[in-house]
Amino acid sequence: MREDLQLLREGALAGLQTAGDADALEAWRIQYLGRKGTVTDLMRNIGQVPAEERPAYGQAANALKNELSEAFDARQQALVQESLAAEMAAEGVDVTLPGRRPQIGGVHPSNQTLREITDIFATMGFQVFASRDVETDEYNFELLNMPPGHPARDLWDTFYTTTPGVIMRTHTSPGQIHAMKALGPDKPIRVILPGMCYRYEQVSARAEMMFHQVEGLAIGRHITMADLKGVIVEFANQLYGAGRKLRFRCSHFPFTEPSVEADVDCILCGGSGCAVCKYVGWLEIMGAGMVHPTVLRNGGYDPAEWSGFAFGMGPERITMLKSGISDIRYFFGNDLRFLEQFG
Amino acid sequence: MTAIKVPLSWLNDFVDVFDLDPVELAERLTLAGLEVEHIRWVGLNPSDAYHVPADRMGEEDGLPWELDKLFVGEIIRTERHPNADRLLLATVEYGGDKPMTIITGAPNLRPGDSMIKVAFATIGARLVDPYADAYKTMTLKAGKIRGIRSEGMACSERELGISDEHEGIIILPPNAPVGMPLADYMGDAVYSMDLTPNLARDLNIIGVAREVAALYDRPLKRPQPELAALAGIVRPEDMPRPQPPARRFVNIEIPAPDLCHRYTAILIRDVEIGESPGWIKDRLRKAGVRPISNIVDATNYAMLEWGQPTHAFDYDLLVERARQAEGQKSRGAEEQSDSGFSAEASDPLTSDILTSDPLPSVLPTIIMRRARDGEKMTTLDGVERELTSDMLMITDTLGTVAVGGVMGGLETEVNDQTRNVLLEAASFDFINNRRTSQTLRLPSEATARFSKGISAEMPVPAGLRCARLMVELAGGEVVEGIEDCYPTEQHSVTIDLAPAEVRRILGMDVPTAQISDILRHLEFDVEPLGDDENTLRVTVPWFRLDATIPADLIEEVVRIIGYDQIPTTLMDDALPPQWRNWALEGKERVRDLLTGAGLQDIISYRLIGPEVNRKLLAAQGEPVYDPVAGVAVDDRQLPVIFDPEALVRLENPLTPAADRLRSTMLGNMLAALARNARSVDRVALFEIGKVYWPVEDDSLPAEPELISIGLTGVRAARNWSNQNDQMLDFFDLKGVVEELLARLGLLADARFEATVHPLLGVRAARVLIGKNELGVLGEVHPVVRRAFDLPDQRACIAELRLAPLVAAVSYRPAMQSISNFPAVKEDLAVVVDEAVLAEQVEQVIRQAGGSLLRDVTLFDIYRGKQVAAGKKSLAYSLTFQADDKTLKDSDVEKVRKRIIARLGQALGAELRA
Repeated sequence: MREDLQLLREGALAGLQTAGDADALEAWRIQYLGRKGTVTDLMRNIGQVPAEERPAYGQAANALKNELSEAFDARQQALVQESLAAEMAAEGVDVTLPGRRPQIGGVHPSNQTLREITDIFATMGFQVFASRDVETDEYNFELLNMPPGHPARDLWDTFYTTTPGVIMRTHTSPGQIHAMKALGPDKPIRVILPGMCYRYEQVSARAEMMFHQVEGLAIGRHITMADLKGVIVEFANQLYGAGRKLRFRCSHFPFTEPSVEADVDCILCGGSGCAVCKYVGWLEIMGAGMVHPTVLRNGGYDPAEWSGFAFGMGPERITMLKSGISDIRYFFGNDLRFLEQFG
Repeated sequence: MTAIKVPLSWLNDFVDVFDLDPVELAERLTLAGLEVEHIRWVGLNPSDAYHVPADRMGEEDGLPWELDKLFVGEIIRTERHPNADRLLLATVEYGGDKPMTIITGAPNLRPGDSMIKVAFATIGARLVDPYADAYKTMTLKAGKIRGIRSEGMACSERELGISDEHEGIIILPPNAPVGMPLADYMGDAVYSMDLTPNLARDLNIIGVAREVAALYDRPLKRPQPELAALAGIVRPEDMPRPQPPARRFVNIEIPAPDLCHRYTAILIRDVEIGESPGWIKDRLRKAGVRPISNIVDATNYAMLEWGQPTHAFDYDLLVERARQAEGQKSRGAEEQSDSGFSAEASDPLTSDILTSDPLPSVLPTIIMRRARDGEKMTTLDGVERELTSDMLMITDTLGTVAVGGVMGGLETEVNDQTRNVLLEAASFDFINNRRTSQTLRLPSEATARFSKGISAEMPVPAGLRCARLMVELAGGEVVEGIEDCYPTEQHSVTIDLAPAEVRRILGMDVPTAQISDILRHLEFDVEPLGDDENTLRVTVPWFRLDATIPADLIEEVVRIIGYDQIPTTLMDDALPPQWRNWALEGKERVRDLLTGAGLQDIISYRLIGPEVNRKLLAAQGEPVYDPVAGVAVDDRQLPVIFDPEALVRLENPLTPAADRLRSTMLGNMLAALARNARSVDRVALFEIGKVYWPVEDDSLPAEPELISIGLTGVRAARNWSNQNDQMLDFFDLKGVVEELLARLGLLADARFEATVHPLLGVRAARVLIGKNELGVLGEVHPVVRRAFDLPDQRACIAELRLAPLVAAVSYRPAMQSISNFPAVKEDLAVVVDEAVLAEQVEQVIRQAGGSLLRDVTLFDIYRGKQVAAGKKSLAYSLTFQADDKTLKDSDVEKVRKRIIARLGQALGAELRA
């Protein structure tokens, strides 16, 4: 190789090694390999080379150009790698630091249970029917087969308003009459009636003066107590998980006859007895029964032609059982430390 | 629900139960509707079916006596402890290898006593610690007192968990079999039952025994002549009629036969008031009744056994009152009592004297009449009570004696000197009785039974049983015959039941023969209805008032068969029309949007007190401030939003703090903010619920559903990557409302206007959708904030109507085209007067910007040196874009110029230099 080419090569390679960033590298490229760069000039100046040396010169210049091009590519690659490594090094982080969580509120546990109940009964064709909180004595008691003075009224401690005959509903059952009058007569009915109820009862861990209830009502031409059992079994399996054991006890409500209470085997101990079920093994989940003929008649249905069942349950109680809540007063205390536990 | 306690030993008098597992019997009764809530073991050992672990059994669960550790023992020798004056050594035979020596200080043992049967506990027996302050069990250990070893214990009632009695050891009857496990000899269990009102007939031992007999197909035992006499009687008309006494001893008048259906009286002579024997006291205590004296105990015992409350008068006191009245009458003071039904006595002076013991010359007269309105009487508890004409009084010729079926009077009560007892057993209208006891607030064991209804045929047999027991306990004799005034007779009830109806209601085939069998076990009379083979004529037994229609009989059939026998089916009835429930969907959509916005769903008490209203109105009378300038406006005061006294009020509040229904949810929301602001840095809450607004000319209030929102504290909780403690303010709240409206497609029609509101300070707005007000939002007035004890930081509240939002739930927007051409962003800063609102500026920009202006964002507001006083600079980022081309600079410039020109014309805005 000619000495000048040799010098050029050494100078170029040394310069490439000192080009530490993309700008210096580009400057180097322009200096050597650019259109007016020194290596490009070598080819352009081939005419000034004596003729006999031209082939060797040409080969050497070409080889130099190729060598420097490759060296450039390698250097460029190395620089990219270097800067990426530097970038990565700067990104090091403790992944166990807490994430930035979006602020999303939660649905009240009672409302969650109400949604669940509503959804389950929707699968069986029950639709939601709303009714009022402030009721007349007539709807809350009389039309439900409890005339004034009836001893069964003692089952419900009642808040009276200062308007005679107007009370706070003690149960969602007056909704049965409202639903029958709104949807009947002579048509089948399948509704649930969620709502707030009120009892004149000292507030304690187990009793509230205000609580939700969900009443259910089915009326048809062939509705039987076996159907009522079927609906309760279906509901319990969907709410508490499949395969639950159920027990039906004779009970009494003035607006159903026969009347039952439904118990599910304790979800905590499975029936062997624990503090939650008070060592009984069973948890009461709802009251139910066949709609009393008088109530059917009061709703405009002929009890000889139609029959029906009704049931009622307490979403707070269900939530307490499912989430192990020992004190009902948490529900309406509006303490975020309680509410935020339920998602 | 009415609670009763049923000792199995007592129940066993009327039906065999000791061969049944008490736990299984309890379950069977519970399933049949007689809920056994709790079992207390008084010696008997529970079976494996009982779930309470032994170490969890407390005082109320009782104490089972170990069969291998507690026995019937016999003291064969008693001597003084050689080294201790007050102690005795007793040698006890108990069936073990050899007699044991025990040391005892029992006051009812004396040196030299022998052949005394006792309850003997061997070493290792579990007993109640009689000296512990609280209930505690202990294991009996061998002890040595002054050199002598005690090898067991003769137990008191307290040590065995029977009662608190610890005065002496239990002495058993001489025939008690030595060596028998004590539990087998006298073990018992007591059911606590809670009975529904339809089971009034079972609020007594015999009633429960009838149920057990029917459930287990066993005969009812009739150990008493009064009960034996009733065997086989179904119809009330067939009940034996009592014989009147040969010589009358009392006149009975019932001027109020609608309230008092029957009044019977029995005379018991020459009783001696004293203490009842142990077995009576034991049963009463187990049943939860305190023993008082033999006469009173007899009335309680008969009531617990038969369900018929009775009342014992001191007969001589009644006679004395009659004499006094006679004296007054002879002075011409009183007129005769109202006439009515009466068992008029013949003149005692002229009637034959049949007994050697002369009856008084003046007979007492019992008059069952309505009280006069305002009439006063002092009841047994020493309280003077005012009565009304709806109440039944027991009076005599002198005056008031008692409130009928509710409470006796002091003056005629049996007492230590009583010799002759007049025993009342009566029948009352149960609805009236219930009302009276409620009005007078006088609940008792008697009213618990009377107010649920008792057969009018019950007073005679139950009264006789009680009288016989009195003589058994207190000596004397029952005067033959019963004074009986029975104006309102009970009639038999028959129900025609078609077996097909049983199938129709239950969805299960029950053979007619089985239906008849079950009803007969329950002592109904069942016959075919004439020639109709498809219908049964069922007669209800006299002691039941609850069965009147076929459905009642269907329940009887199914509860005896067992509800577990009913099949489980899925309804195959026609499915009613199904509909889309927009109201519910809308409400739940709003709930989801608000939780998505970072707010927690809460539920508050809808009953509030005057205190909340006082706080809500704390800022009333405060001056109104100009919303923009922030200065007080001349003479204007915050308005009144509601009259707290005009709310729906409760007649019987549990507490004054919950005596009315809320008309706004903001009181609840402010209380919830205050409660949480102490423990949580960021409080963001909402509630969807009802409020109650009285409606003129309607007894029922309107019950609209509202949404309340509350925010206070930091915008984002401080953490490792956020040290910024920015506080939530009006615009956070407005943002939540805007987002809610935007998601429901209502934002375009929404307007926010500055407003004045008595709960809010200067930053207050009302929001309108079109022309209709949706609600208010703003920062809480500092005075209100302090009244609710909120921390000294901004608190924001809103209250919106739910209905307009629900109506928008079906909103589905039409898609807007998306341009494929690039957008151009430009900034524009204009200076306007302070009074010009951002809304006005944006409106002008949008109008002037036309279709090419796609977005307007206010990104800076500046007041200060660089703009004149009274002015502000608003800086906007404007986005321009066309659907069909790439915008050129000149296109944008044209629009920009138009915007600036319009802003100048309309609002006097100038481009900021």
